[in-house]
Amino acid sequence: MLVLGIETSCDETAVAVIQDGRKILSNIVFSQWVHKKYWGVVPELASREHIKTILPILKTALEEGKLSLSEIEGIAVTCGPGLVGSLLIGLSLAKSLAYSLRVPFIGVNHLEGHIFANFLEYPDLKTPMICLIVSGGHSTLVYVKDKGDYAILGRTRDDAPGEAFDKVARLLDLEYPGGPSIDHLSKKCHTSGVRFPRAFLEEGSLDFSFSGVKTAVAIYVSRLIPQEKEKQKACIAKGFQEAVVEVLVAKLLQAAFNLGVKRISLSGGVANNSFLREQLSSEASKAGLEIYVPSPILCTDNAAMIAAAGDFHLSRGEKSTLELNAFPRLPL
Amino acid sequence: MFKDKIITRSPEETKKLGEKLAESFSPGEVVALFGPLGSGKTCLTQGICSGLEVKDFVVSPSFVLINEYEGKFKVYHIDLFRLERLSEIINLGYEEYFFGEGICIIEWAEKAIKLLPEKRMEIYLKILSENERKITICKF
Repeated sequence: MLVLGIETSCDETAVAVIQDGRKILSNIVFSQWVHKKYWGVVPELASREHIKTILPILKTALEEGKLSLSEIEGIAVTCGPGLVGSLLIGLSLAKSLAYSLRVPFIGVNHLEGHIFANFLEYPDLKTPMICLIVSGGHSTLVYVKDKGDYAILGRTRDDAPGEAFDKVARLLDLEYPGGPSIDHLSKKCHTSGVRFPRAFLEEGSLDFSFSGVKTAVAIYVSRLIPQEKEKQKACIAKGFQEAVVEVLVAKLLQAAFNLGVKRISLSGGVANNSFLREQLSSEASKAGLEIYVPSPILCTDNAAMIAAAGDFHLSRGEKSTLELNAFPRLPL
Repeated sequence: MFKDKIITRSPEETKKLGEKLAESFSPGEVVALFGPLGSGKTCLTQGICSGLEVKDFVVSPSFVLINEYEGKFKVYHIDLFRLERLSEIINLGYEEYFFGEGICIIEWAEKAIKLLPEKRMEIYLKILSENERKITICKF
């Protein structure tokens, strides 16, 4: 089955076509740059950018896959969670296409898409597994019992990790987005990083909290004179990154241990952080776990993962009706 | 105008203060929060929401700008951290929130000061030390 995926939940306008849930024929992602000067996504601007770019992106995705619209057999679209205005644009396109092509369409949960990025990258990946989804808006630990069968084990109680990276980057006068800036700068610290607190929360909790470490950095920086801040910047970045990564890795491993699961995976934009990838693979191998991390293009928001999740549900005969709405806080 | 100053000594105390404040809230209440990164704005909001019987996790809305919760009343948790110009806030469709029937909590409220209703609560948070915060509450 040829499934066209559409993803517009936040600041990426993305269209992809995949075949039989595993083969990517095209995967086009346009990252909106208009938000850069605002240090994050401005919902109103995001909607306007989606409207401007979605049809050219659709055209490019079809051209790249050497396909015509009439060959598409199913449509998958993100219907939440995300920004409601942005979601509605993808949803409207999906409905119009489904209606005019007379093919089934299905609304997909964005987080389920991130889980399916793993199945796209590793077609023979088996379940159960524990999946950590970390991005600008999410920090969610999921027990994937099987495709379509999930249990949330933990999530953030305040800031998502990507958001904490952005805020700390701003405190250190770095560029947006904060994740890559901090990742890059911390490599210039050749001593140990500044020690910041790790938020493990109550004993046994698999929830996350990144607000405290952000506050610790803010207080630390506010006590430095400008020259000293400049001098210590790289080691502050390194210390902050270490504090965040240590907690992420520990909780992912803890979840695997608690449930006796051997496979763990990482997905979402923050999964592209090089220190997180390194730490996780070394800790996972020490613990004898199999680790799966999709390639960068499948970790950040994209439509191929949405098409893959959609293909799974469509193949089971599930479909959405044209009344489907967007749900900004859709739970997994 | 009513004014009160409180010092809290932990995030839990800040949360408790929020819960207590919420007891007096009625629909249409607008709470404007002022204070730097890490001063406890989201923490105080979590307390207010808990006092309003919101069952959901209250998380920072910096990324999405507005979070909506259902409790005793509808709660809008707005974060203007990233917005610079008044026009961007106007574009958010602020009237619906600022002059609506829900409880509206606004972080980084200084960015929208010209748009806020006159009848409002202002809360100023100041970092005194690692865990201590000075919280000044003004009611207009």
